[in-house]
Amino acid sequence: MAATNAIGRMLDSDLWWSFKRSPVTVLSAIVALVCIGGAVLAPLIAPHDPFDLASLQLMDAFKPPAWSAEGDLTYLLGTDDQGRDMLSAIMYGARVSLLVGIFATLFATMLGVAVGLLAGYTGGLVDNVLMRVADIQLTFPSILVALLVDGVVRAALPREVHDQIALFVVIFAIGISEWPKFARTVRGSTLVERNKEYVLAARVIGISRARIMVTHVLPNVLGPVLVVATLNLGLAILAEATLSFLGVGVPPTQPSLGTLIRIGNDFLMSGEWWIAIFPGLALVAMVLSVNLLGDWLRDALNPKLR
Amino acid sequence: MPDATPRQAEPMLEVQDLARYFDVSRPWLQRVLAGEKRRVLRAVDGVSFSIPKGTTLSLVGESGCGKSTVARLVVGLYRPTRGRVLFDGQDLEQARADAAQRRRMQMIFQDPYASLNPRWRIRDIIAEPIRAFGLTPDKAAQTLKVQELLTQVGLSPQDGEKYPHEFSGGQRQRISIARALSSNPEFLVCDEPTSALDVSVQAQILNLMKDLQQRLGLTYLFISHNLAVVRQISDRVGVMYLGRLVELAPAETLFTTPRHPYTRALMEAIPDLEMSGRQRIPVGGEVPSPINPPPGCPFHPRCPLANARCRAEVPVLIPARSTPEALVACHAVEEGRDQPEAPLPAQRIGTTATAL
Repeated sequence: MAATNAIGRMLDSDLWWSFKRSPVTVLSAIVALVCIGGAVLAPLIAPHDPFDLASLQLMDAFKPPAWSAEGDLTYLLGTDDQGRDMLSAIMYGARVSLLVGIFATLFATMLGVAVGLLAGYTGGLVDNVLMRVADIQLTFPSILVALLVDGVVRAALPREVHDQIALFVVIFAIGISEWPKFARTVRGSTLVERNKEYVLAARVIGISRARIMVTHVLPNVLGPVLVVATLNLGLAILAEATLSFLGVGVPPTQPSLGTLIRIGNDFLMSGEWWIAIFPGLALVAMVLSVNLLGDWLRDALNPKLR
Repeated sequence: MPDATPRQAEPMLEVQDLARYFDVSRPWLQRVLAGEKRRVLRAVDGVSFSIPKGTTLSLVGESGCGKSTVARLVVGLYRPTRGRVLFDGQDLEQARADAAQRRRMQMIFQDPYASLNPRWRIRDIIAEPIRAFGLTPDKAAQTLKVQELLTQVGLSPQDGEKYPHEFSGGQRQRISIARALSSNPEFLVCDEPTSALDVSVQAQILNLMKDLQQRLGLTYLFISHNLAVVRQISDRVGVMYLGRLVELAPAETLFTTPRHPYTRALMEAIPDLEMSGRQRIPVGGEVPSPINPPPGCPFHPRCPLANARCRAEVPVLIPARSTPEALVACHAVEEGRDQPEAPLPAQRIGTTATAL
């Protein structure tokens, strides 16, 4: 009963209406769903397991895609230099990319929202210090910050340990370079909300600062954060791909889309174009569809554009 | 200083020489580069009054005269730059630190669309003070109390499940009142509670507030710019101009024989059907900036009775000649240079609200 109500409300809402009205949005939602579904369900639906060394056949290396003359139907998108099925590698790679993207965005969101809320609500010196830190952070390109963090961790920890925690390092590096966007967004909305009379009413009662921030202000500043987070997801996936392409991202045992592109890059000029192109296309499809969804969400939630 | 307060009740609230300045200077670097001095806005500059228990004091004045700042000072949202606020004989700072005292004061706000958190259900909004002060033993008692409050302000107990956007402005103001009442307060600060509502709804809210005052023995500090509303609800009225009280008098005295030239100008400005087309005496000039208030009486640049003394010396609130129950800060009144018997349209004030 409650579930049907919720679905009914959703189908009735402005958001759903503006979603249906835009074919580009519907298309990008479908593409995003295919990408995410393929990534999440990879162990169940991928035709091969690229990490199962026993099943790899070096004889199958460099097979072109199935539709070309020398293609093999078991390897739809061909194989790489190790004889791994490209389609499966892409699905597993997208899994890593998506995982890093989502968690980096989550990390950046939580850090940014906390900082923005504190800075905006407290004001004064705290605000100045926190926002100057954010400004400084913004002057470094995110890729530089990520390289720095990765380099420090690499130097500080032995190689085996580093490989184990490499995924977390990448997530941290990307997240730490992207939180200022969230902090700025939240601070802006907090400055508006904190002077509204419902906050004053809570202050008259004597509700504590922290409690007002969390129970009153926070729910009212999260709307724009959702939009920034969606748009940021695409950026985070790209940042991860860039890091992996440069060889400082996820470990080679867990290749992401960026790693696949880097591997393929070595063979691009020698005729095995599919090894680089297909992971690249997958990356473009995933990032583009997520970004288009983010754009739509931004417009749909903006009352001035209705 | 003499006090026009009736002696029968002790004061709920006492305000002594209250002042609040705001620093509106530009940022430090810009200020230093341009060689500017600090700019200080004197929102409230030396206001004294007291409110006996169970009565209503209204503060009226134009936008920017500091009346809302007084309201916020009195509930502790701002700290005073100078002066004291005594809540039931206790210093406000101490009273605010004690939950048992804090519970006794509440505030109702102007904008019914901003004063309720849009993400909260009505029952949670009303229950917030109950929970904050731990006034009910359990959840069931709290629900019951919220339903009782909703009924008390003329809403349905089922309305608690809804969100603020499902209500009209007048209904939201009723919810605000219910929230304010939920901590069983004795003193309510009402910052223009009716100015965002249309006239028929204003009358309903005012009647509700008067009714609640009688039943619960509430004390009100009522902020408004609407003289008709003020006449309806007040026992005493203070007229503010540029951060100061220029006249403080019992409501009837103020509306029948206003003494301060500014009060008289306010009364003159009330539109009215019977006398439409008559010649009005306009008040010349603009309200001076509270950043650079004029020397002497703040009203002198616009006052028809101003002389050299008014331009130099700040007048203090003293009982007026011939109407000693009214405190007036005006040299002309003190010296008898005004004509209190001049015809005034005072009887008409309040007809708009009473007619409804």
